[in-house]
Amino acid sequence: MASTILQVPTTVIGPPPAAGYRPATFANAFLSEWTKIRTLRSTFFTLAATVAFVVGLGALISYESSVHFGPGNGTWDPTSTSLSGLVIGQLTIAVLGVLAITSEYSTGMIRTSLAAVPRRGRLLAAKAAVFGAVAVVTGELVSWVAFFVGQLMISGHQPTASLGQPDVARAVVGGGLYIALIGLMAVAAGTILRYTAAAITAVIGVLFVLPGVLEALPNSWRLPVEKYWPTGAGEQVLMVTRDANTLPAWLGFGELALFVAVLLALGYFLLQRRDAGGK
Amino acid sequence: MIEVRNLTKHFGTTVAVDDLSFDVSPGMVTGFLGPNGAGKSTTMRMIIGLDRPTSGNITVHGRAYVDLPAPLREVGALLDAGALHGGRRAYFHLLCLAQSNGIPGRRVDEVLDMVGLTDVARKRTGGFSLGMSQRLGIAAALLGDPPVLMFDEPVNGLDPEGIRWIRTLMRALAAQGRTVLVSSHLMSEMALTADHLIVIGRGRLIADSSVDDVIRASSGRAVLVRTPDAVALRARLENAGASVEARPDGAMMVQGLEAPAIGKLAAEGGTVLYELTPQEVSLEEAFMELTQDSVEFHAGAGPTNPVPSGVGGR
Repeated sequence: MASTILQVPTTVIGPPPAAGYRPATFANAFLSEWTKIRTLRSTFFTLAATVAFVVGLGALISYESSVHFGPGNGTWDPTSTSLSGLVIGQLTIAVLGVLAITSEYSTGMIRTSLAAVPRRGRLLAAKAAVFGAVAVVTGELVSWVAFFVGQLMISGHQPTASLGQPDVARAVVGGGLYIALIGLMAVAAGTILRYTAAAITAVIGVLFVLPGVLEALPNSWRLPVEKYWPTGAGEQVLMVTRDANTLPAWLGFGELALFVAVLLALGYFLLQRRDAGGK
Repeated sequence: MIEVRNLTKHFGTTVAVDDLSFDVSPGMVTGFLGPNGAGKSTTMRMIIGLDRPTSGNITVHGRAYVDLPAPLREVGALLDAGALHGGRRAYFHLLCLAQSNGIPGRRVDEVLDMVGLTDVARKRTGGFSLGMSQRLGIAAALLGDPPVLMFDEPVNGLDPEGIRWIRTLMRALAAQGRTVLVSSHLMSEMALTADHLIVIGRGRLIADSSVDDVIRASSGRAVLVRTPDAVALRARLENAGASVEARPDGAMMVQGLEAPAIGKLAAEGGTVLYELTPQEVSLEEAFMELTQDSVEFHAGAGPTNPVPSGVGGR
């Protein structure tokens, strides 16, 4: 027996492996991940919070800043003002992205998931694809609603933006794509770190803390790092008026997309190497 | 059919599984036995690809688990009843698993019915008792109607009714010609369910044989002898090379001679015998004997092979 390890046995005793079924595909894994994400309350809560923050906060900030805007406040950008809520909305969508993977580790579900879909690349790809689809749809929805609500709040106080103006439609579309990409960054962080708290901390660090720390650096260091910092670069896609020391909108967005792709690849590499683990 | 060949797994410097080889055949219940920390769970996790072997290989129906076209249709495993998201309702837990392997949704209702969870199908699994979680785990294992089934310590923490239900189920699955591998650290449990035993200790194979053979191979066969003339008989027995242990009630436990030989010696000496009873070695004793050198921690003797926490029995 021991000498035949490498050969496929020619006879199989007992019931044959269940015959006549179709091999499982990526589409099966995708459908499964869709069922997973839509059957948890945390999905509903984080998406509802995203809508509330982006639309509600956007309306509030639009009203306040249009009323109090005066000379010396820089260039008036009604589009990005109406999209201000995305700054917080990106966090709630990032929490959903992190949880999509870390909740499997914290509950032990990951072992059941990997037993069902042992091709780990397929599992991660299906998870990222389902989350990405949910995040893009949600992102676009909140971005467009926030834009129109924001313009309503601004009108009468400051000039409003319309879709016919250059770069306005790009910024609104870009706003939705931007937070979806931040969400995917969170999925990657969750895959790499496996713990909810660690992954959320990492996302907040990249989004807010590290860019804040940059302020302490001398200009010769600060300016180039600020310009190319992935999330800052990605954010340019929702700006209509462009500051000095920033990348062009789609170039910056492309840089963020590349950064997220590299993180996802690292997550895949680690997932492939490690034991399934979990609680 | 599961084939394990030269399987080795290291966690850091700890050797959890050490050059393990065995087959699990269809049509019977194979008990996978060993003291806690022997490497049973680790081996089972490697069979379904959750842990990566340090070396060696495992095939199911001649293929690595990861290469099975729809793994849940070939192997059903309940390794850990807690491996689910407590916030999801039971029905959807099973549905997402079914979908991942292209199993039709109606099968979910079938297996829920099979394990008696239809009434709580719409409840979140976080509120389930251990017994209900075990049943849900078994439902998940049965989803793909697989020819190979694996259960890791399935009766742990169950009430007597649940234990009997699982035993009956495992026997029934084996009777249908399926391959059934069940781990346990309880010999008594295996005595009731298993046909064949794979015994491991400290990650190494100790025995791979039928339950009867394990008992027979045990050296601990003793004969209980009761006589009014113990002193004389004891001398004769010890002369014949037996070891004799007097019991408080006056009887003697004799090792090293079979009952017929003892009877003959007694007759030759004119000794009256009240009782002459060969003691059946329980599977428990046979198991203790097999594994006594390989238990991870001997009570009182201190750790013989310290293992970092978190490695054994999840």
